[in-house]
Amino acid sequence: MKKISAIALSVLLLAACSGTSDNGSSTSDGPVTLTLLAHDSFTPSEGIFDAFTAETGITVNVVRSGDAGELVTKAALAAGNPEGDVLWGVDNTLLSRALDSNMFVSYQTPNLEFMDESVLRNIPGHEVTPVDTGDVCINYDIAWFTENNIAPPMTLDALISSTYANLLVVPSAITSSPGLAFFLATVAEFGEDGWQDYWKSLRENGVLVVDGWTQAYSTEFSGSSGKGERPIVVSYSSSPSAEVLFADPPTDIAPTGVAPLTCFEQIEYAGILRGTEHKAEAQLLIDYLSGTTFQSDLPLTQFVFPVHRNATIPDSFTRYISRPERALTIEYNVIAENRTAWLDEWSTIVFK
Amino acid sequence: MVIAPALFLLVFLAIPTAVIVQRGASVDAFADVMSSEGFRKAAWFTLWQTTLSTVLTVACALPVTFVLARFSFQGKRLLLALITAPFLLPTVVVGSALFALLPESMHYTASAIIAAHIFFNMAVVVRLVMPRWSQIDPELIHAAHTLGASTVRTFRTITFPLIRPALGFASTAVALFCFTSFGAVRILGGPAYSTLETEIYVRSVQLGDLNGAIAIGIVQAIFLIGVLYSMTKLGRRHTSPLTVNIQTPNPTGFAQKIAVASIALATGLIGLLPLLAVAWKSNSGWSQVFSRDTMSSLAVSARFAITASIIATTLGTLIALAIAYKSSSSQLLETITSLPLMISAVTVGLGILITFDQSPFEFRSTWWITPVAHSLIAIPLVIRIVLPVAQAIPQDLRDAAATLGSGAKDQWLRIDFPLLRRCLATACALSAAVSLGEFGATSFLTRQTNETLPVSIARLLSRPGDTQHAKAFALSTLFFVFSIGAVYLAETVRATRTKTH
Repeated sequence: MKKISAIALSVLLLAACSGTSDNGSSTSDGPVTLTLLAHDSFTPSEGIFDAFTAETGITVNVVRSGDAGELVTKAALAAGNPEGDVLWGVDNTLLSRALDSNMFVSYQTPNLEFMDESVLRNIPGHEVTPVDTGDVCINYDIAWFTENNIAPPMTLDALISSTYANLLVVPSAITSSPGLAFFLATVAEFGEDGWQDYWKSLRENGVLVVDGWTQAYSTEFSGSSGKGERPIVVSYSSSPSAEVLFADPPTDIAPTGVAPLTCFEQIEYAGILRGTEHKAEAQLLIDYLSGTTFQSDLPLTQFVFPVHRNATIPDSFTRYISRPERALTIEYNVIAENRTAWLDEWSTIVFK
Repeated sequence: MVIAPALFLLVFLAIPTAVIVQRGASVDAFADVMSSEGFRKAAWFTLWQTTLSTVLTVACALPVTFVLARFSFQGKRLLLALITAPFLLPTVVVGSALFALLPESMHYTASAIIAAHIFFNMAVVVRLVMPRWSQIDPELIHAAHTLGASTVRTFRTITFPLIRPALGFASTAVALFCFTSFGAVRILGGPAYSTLETEIYVRSVQLGDLNGAIAIGIVQAIFLIGVLYSMTKLGRRHTSPLTVNIQTPNPTGFAQKIAVASIALATGLIGLLPLLAVAWKSNSGWSQVFSRDTMSSLAVSARFAITASIIATTLGTLIALAIAYKSSSSQLLETITSLPLMISAVTVGLGILITFDQSPFEFRSTWWITPVAHSLIAIPLVIRIVLPVAQAIPQDLRDAAATLGSGAKDQWLRIDFPLLRRCLATACALSAAVSLGEFGATSFLTRQTNETLPVSIARLLSRPGDTQHAKAFALSTLFFVFSIGAVYLAETVRATRTKTH
């Protein structure tokens, strides 16, 4: 029996050795491989980094792990001794957590001059670089409202009227980032002392709160594949485009619409992780991610808007999208100060 | 014999847990958490849903366990496969299947969570109790009947005491799974229901409150020790000599045939309906299923499952044999090795992340750290599967062999191994299943350089558009059929081996 345990032990040790040697690519000479940490929704075109590799000789290894919240939590725990070199996917609702943990090193890409002031305002220290924007908005099932001869809701206020009783499904503000964005939209609209009453009314009006966006959109919403029961949902301003692009059978009429006055602005950032051994190469990657090649790939692969002014946005993307002129927003430091207290209060109102 | 497994548990479980607790434990956070309403609600819900889920799972599983243990009939292997497959399935798949099956009024309710727990865990009861039940000497039952004992009395005085250790362990395992249930609670219950495990996850990951999460983790561990202790008491084993290779009879007589058939059909249907529901939703997704992505995630899933299964079965068996051979310290050893079941997987995942972050111990970014984490969960199961059988091997046999001059190695090869083979196969299968189905908290560790199949499915489901969802459901169907096929194959191989022996 001793023999067996000896064998088992040596197998383990062997595995350990081979595992570490796999990873020993951090030597200074030879071609550099950068690890790009990202959330699960980071899905650029296949081969998108080939151009980058051809230009710089640097290969990019994308490692996806969990949603944006998980990603930031892990990176914050490993701050200073990161699992990768560059991180993609902190949004403005999570930004404070990332900045507080001091996980990034500052860098100013030359691409900044092609970006609007509005996406740069949160980050005077340039710890992170804006890479895309999007909006979380009320979406509705056009067919349902036509059939029932009701006008779809256009404002947040409308959602508490009895016309729309039991029609709305939203993802939880605690476990979903669009859920949090929608909650923040209500805070922006009704004020820090007004949202409580609004949510009490929503509850009385039969809002269904589910765990994540997937369930809200794909299972409960009537306008998407799940063919659920509820014709109003919290999703993105780009969701109608996605519905058309992935429609089966193909169509050129969007089955869903967006209420632009209900939108909350999401800005996503990428940053260089403090502790990387390849800072210079990481800076090149940030330039690439915020440059026109990569930025032009974003709309149809990830359904977000590029931040680089010269990026091309295909017509098939914009045709079905109505972006708000002014999206609702709350400064990230106000979110940081109040988030925990707000969410505690929110959950007692909604799940009482 | 216990050095390798002990070292393994120390390195991959005890140290990471200590590191994370040390980083995050604080008295203030403890006080805060205990007084929060969210915690109290979660604790209460965890307790009552665990109790109810466990009782109902055992109640649903016992009839079919009886049928499978005592009779031979056509389609028996298929039935076994149908019952076992759900345990292999990712929660995302089961979640969407159950949503399709259950009436609207049951969505996002405690009943939906409990239904999912029953569906998942019937396999645990069947697979753990059946081997024991089928080894009860039929002569004992015949004798009881001949002496005039009723069926109920025979069950109470003969069958039940003999299967009690296995049943005790099976219920413990089910209770632990339900207690720490993660995916089912989040998907089927919605945000209004939380268990302690989901609270730990939400606090540490979503809210960034590590201190609060650790505090709940400590409370959860205390609870679990309580559950485990009481269950061990309940299932105190009475080892009895077992007989090997008993031929199970075909059902005889009209009443018996009807009973066997209806139990088998009803249970088979429970396994089949979710498959049909998923297949029905997959209509147009098949054209894209056999893409390169899919094949590579299938390969990753298989590699993880095989690695986890080998580690867990090897180390678990070593511990079980150590306990079986010297019974003096067995109680303590058993308790220690149950630790993986008590420590929240989220906690271990976070611990591993910050413990193994310096070379040469930078394991957090290796592919094998995920199957290692899976095997931590599976080891206690393996021990409990192997232990009762190992303990039932008569010492006389070994002594006789020793007298006849055979060494330790010969004894293992000729006595222990053949007798253990059946349960080793079960242990292998169950630990592979744990790895395949694990999509809860240890997915936190997974780095998706190469995605596992459950992760692919979850990602497809999380994007809008019909074709993506259809593909996800097609993959789920594939997963379902693959699982059923694998179990069926394993059963067939085992059956032919047993016969030729």
